[in-house]
Amino acid sequence: MTIPLLYALVGVVLLGMGLYSLVMYSHLVRKILALNVSGAGVFLFLVAAADRTSGPLPDPVPHAMVLTGIVVAVSATALALALTCRIHQVSGTTQLTDNEPD
Amino acid sequence: MSLTDLFGSFLLLLAIPFFWGGSLGLLRFPDIYTRLHALTKADNLGLGLVVAGSILISKEWTVGVKLILIWLAVLTASTISCYLIANAARKRKINPWKIP
Amino acid sequence: MENSLNLAAVTFDGVLALVLLVLAWQLLRSPNLFKAIVLFISFGLMLSLAWVRLKAVDIALAEAAIGAGLTGALFLTALDRLQRNNQKAGDSLISQPGKVIAGISVLALTCILGWTVWTLPPFSNQMLALVSSNMPISGVENPVTAVLLNFRGYDTLLEIGVLLLAAVGVLAVTPSAVMVADSAPSPILILLLRLLLPFIILVSGYILWIGKYAPGGAFQAGAVLAAGGILLATAAVRFNLSASKALPLATGIGLLIFLLVALATMMLRGNYLQYPVAQAGTLILVIEAAATLSIAAVLVLLFVGLKSDADCPVPGEDSKNFIFEEENTIK
Repeated sequence: MTIPLLYALVGVVLLGMGLYSLVMYSHLVRKILALNVSGAGVFLFLVAAADRTSGPLPDPVPHAMVLTGIVVAVSATALALALTCRIHQVSGTTQLTDNEPD
Repeated sequence: MSLTDLFGSFLLLLAIPFFWGGSLGLLRFPDIYTRLHALTKADNLGLGLVVAGSILISKEWTVGVKLILIWLAVLTASTISCYLIANAARKRKINPWKIP
Repeated sequence: MENSLNLAAVTFDGVLALVLLVLAWQLLRSPNLFKAIVLFISFGLMLSLAWVRLKAVDIALAEAAIGAGLTGALFLTALDRLQRNNQKAGDSLISQPGKVIAGISVLALTCILGWTVWTLPPFSNQMLALVSSNMPISGVENPVTAVLLNFRGYDTLLEIGVLLLAAVGVLAVTPSAVMVADSAPSPILILLLRLLLPFIILVSGYILWIGKYAPGGAFQAGAVLAAGGILLATAAVRFNLSASKALPLATGIGLLIFLLVALATMMLRGNYLQYPVAQAGTLILVIEAAATLSIAAVLVLLFVGLKSDADCPVPGEDSKNFIFEEENTIK
């Protein structure tokens, strides 16, 4: 078990935890937090996969992808939070409710 | 290991009880004002020791200047954040803990 | 061999991995949103340490600034807006069989992914060889900057477009374009601004410049500049987004310059975003400078747009951007 492999497995576990929380909890901010944690797990896996080179230098292509990913994740989080605040303003609640038959 | 390396490592090790004390204070102190006290005082001193140790180990003056600038920036930011948090706590009428 | 296991490294990485997992578990299961967000910020900082351990220093810089700092600030601002009625984040609405099914599916997915990760080949060198052999024509010396802005410049172009899109989206749902603070900014905060803002601008320019030779670049520099901008926004008594002339220009300029360079290369050389080798370094610097401004403006816009509230009074006739109340009105 090498060091990058440890971090890759941690990334996979984080992805699983985030996915489960995304499904489990109904409060929108908790869902957004869960998505961020899953994203962090995916990034961990990508960067750990980049460290599998034979020399001292890591592979820079996944690094660039993860850098792009962090910026896109913060944009998506900001938009999701703005939509959550708007939903709260319009409907008074931030929990997703079950679909009720009309 | 040369003498400066040894002394630098010793300074780095000396910082550990300060950080540990700061975190312990954060967990165990009774109210927000005492916790802020523990965080800013102990952690900044610990950071200063880490910076001093790193300067001795790195032996390059450019790295040393950058490290000191980092320490000064953290000192400024943490002092002022400490004041702002304490001020906000006062405004919300959180009273300091008194000895029972 | 790079991945030899010595005891100190193994202990440190093992403890760091454990801390990451425990922090994530605690933040995901906490119904108190403030606690969850604070844990999330610590999680981001621990993640930065993990990036350094995985030799990804550029990502560590970006994660500390954007991932932990900025995302945490966005969450806290949203929490402030949502908790005017002081509500708790309740439990799940899923029925018991649903929870079991979800749990089993996620567990299965995690096991499959874990097994895939375990059986990955130990070495994969093709990409690194490709990048290293093409570094002389890229115009920079930092491989991550070369990949980000030269070899895969199209992805970065679209990423800046995504940032712009998010800013437009946040501004579209924000209830008012004016952010009004509750009270005059504390004079201590103004002192902090006076001390830190020039330093922030200097550090941002340095990170932008050093991105050519060492870890750094446009995104990290833009994030540091955005931190300065957000500090400025928190100290302003009144921030009128619709009256600002500099902010829309700064937001659009990154994408604009990148597109102009792309069109120029397409028209002059026939290939989209293929820089001429002699000017590659200069072009990358120009694009990065415009992108830094753009990223900083978008991140500040995202923060201020999230902070604006419907209870703001109607904006007046003045079209100033910032009003700093210099008198001490301490209540």
